[in-house]
Amino acid sequence: MSEWPLWEVFIRARRGLSHQHVGSLHAPDAAMAVRNARDVYTRRGEGVSIWVVPSGQITASSPDEKDAFFDPAADKVYRHPTFYEVPAEAKHL
Amino acid sequence: MAPTDQRTDDREAAFYAIVDSDGRIEPRDDMPEAYRRSLVRQIAQHAHSEIIGMQPEGNWISRAPSLRRKAILLAKVQDEAGHGLYLYAAAETLGVSRDELLELLHTRKQKYSSIFNYPTLTWADVGAIGWLVDGAAITNQVPLTRCSYGPYARAMVRICKEESFHQRQGFESLLTLTRGTPAQKAMAQDALDRWWYPSLAMFGPPDTGEQVSGGHTEQSMRWGIKRFSNDELRQRFVDMTVPQSEVLGLTVPDPDLRWNDERGHYDFTQPDYDELFRVIKGDGPCNEQRLRHRVAAQEDGAWVREAAAAYASKRKQAAA
Ligand SMILES: [Fe+2]
Ligand SMILES: [Fe+2]
Repeated sequence: MSEWPLWEVFIRARRGLSHQHVGSLHAPDAAMAVRNARDVYTRRGEGVSIWVVPSGQITASSPDEKDAFFDPAADKVYRHPTFYEVPAEAKHL
Repeated sequence: MAPTDQRTDDREAAFYAIVDSDGRIEPRDDMPEAYRRSLVRQIAQHAHSEIIGMQPEGNWISRAPSLRRKAILLAKVQDEAGHGLYLYAAAETLGVSRDELLELLHTRKQKYSSIFNYPTLTWADVGAIGWLVDGAAITNQVPLTRCSYGPYARAMVRICKEESFHQRQGFESLLTLTRGTPAQKAMAQDALDRWWYPSLAMFGPPDTGEQVSGGHTEQSMRWGIKRFSNDELRQRFVDMTVPQSEVLGLTVPDPDLRWNDERGHYDFTQPDYDELFRVIKGDGPCNEQRLRHRVAAQEDGAWVREAAAAYASKRKQAAA
């Protein structure tokens, strides 16, 4: 028998936090994936909400071009507040 | 040098730059083929050990002496299933399928920890497994939370968190026995007598000293997968466990066990490594039984997997 599809599991640890990737699992459909995710990843109250996404549906940036892809941000130090020098008397900046 | 060689060299340099700076390799990064293969084998064998390891303790679920102990044991065995799942998922990020790995287990092409080929003869064995076997596993696994392959390291973080419950419940269970009747205490001592050396053997054969170099350990250390030698980890385990045995009031079955002030460690008798290799090769007391049970569980569950798949595809068609 061929394997059940693979799902990526995301869990919100508690209210106020975003969902975080915790791992993956196999399941025949989305409903079973959520149930299995509960049993595999939240046996000790690790979450209040679960997302499952078919692994095949995720589009990722390519590791081969990772330098070129993220380069544009590297030389733009002026995007950070510490780039700017202001007199010490100027408070709350 | 041909341009392709140059490219391969650059890729290797990039890999070692990450490993040497204690960074993590992630699934889609370039990695040497030997590193990938070695990881697949190690993670898969680790996963197999988790699920085969459910059997010796599972043997006692229906005969646990109280509802409390039964609930604890169920939770522990369920955790071990979870550990297997985390690890199979980590192995799959390296481009192998779950079915493939299970097939390798079922056809004996991949191994699992030899410790699970020993039988659980009494209730005290369940406590001894939690205390010693999970204790040895923790000693082995804590350094793996910092191993160079990201998905494996993350799986180990989850596993280590859960293992500490496993070890403590085992210790507590044994403590209850040693504080019980003389017969109960004798049962606990008998369990320690049988599980001590197989637990020491869990760390693998000696891998330090002049007779061993250039072996598996050295390569794994170069790759940032292994951080300590088998012998260091075994010593750490003995140093941690002997004082615990004193709290239990049990005697470690080693007449040569004594504290060495100079070394700052216990001196102890090594396990019988010939026995270890025999058991790994398939000649342990329960090898046949464990694999037969695993294969039967897989086959007996086939109709459930098929039904779930049929239901899912029917619903998909109805929705289309
Ligand atoms: Fe485990
Ligand atoms: Fe465990």
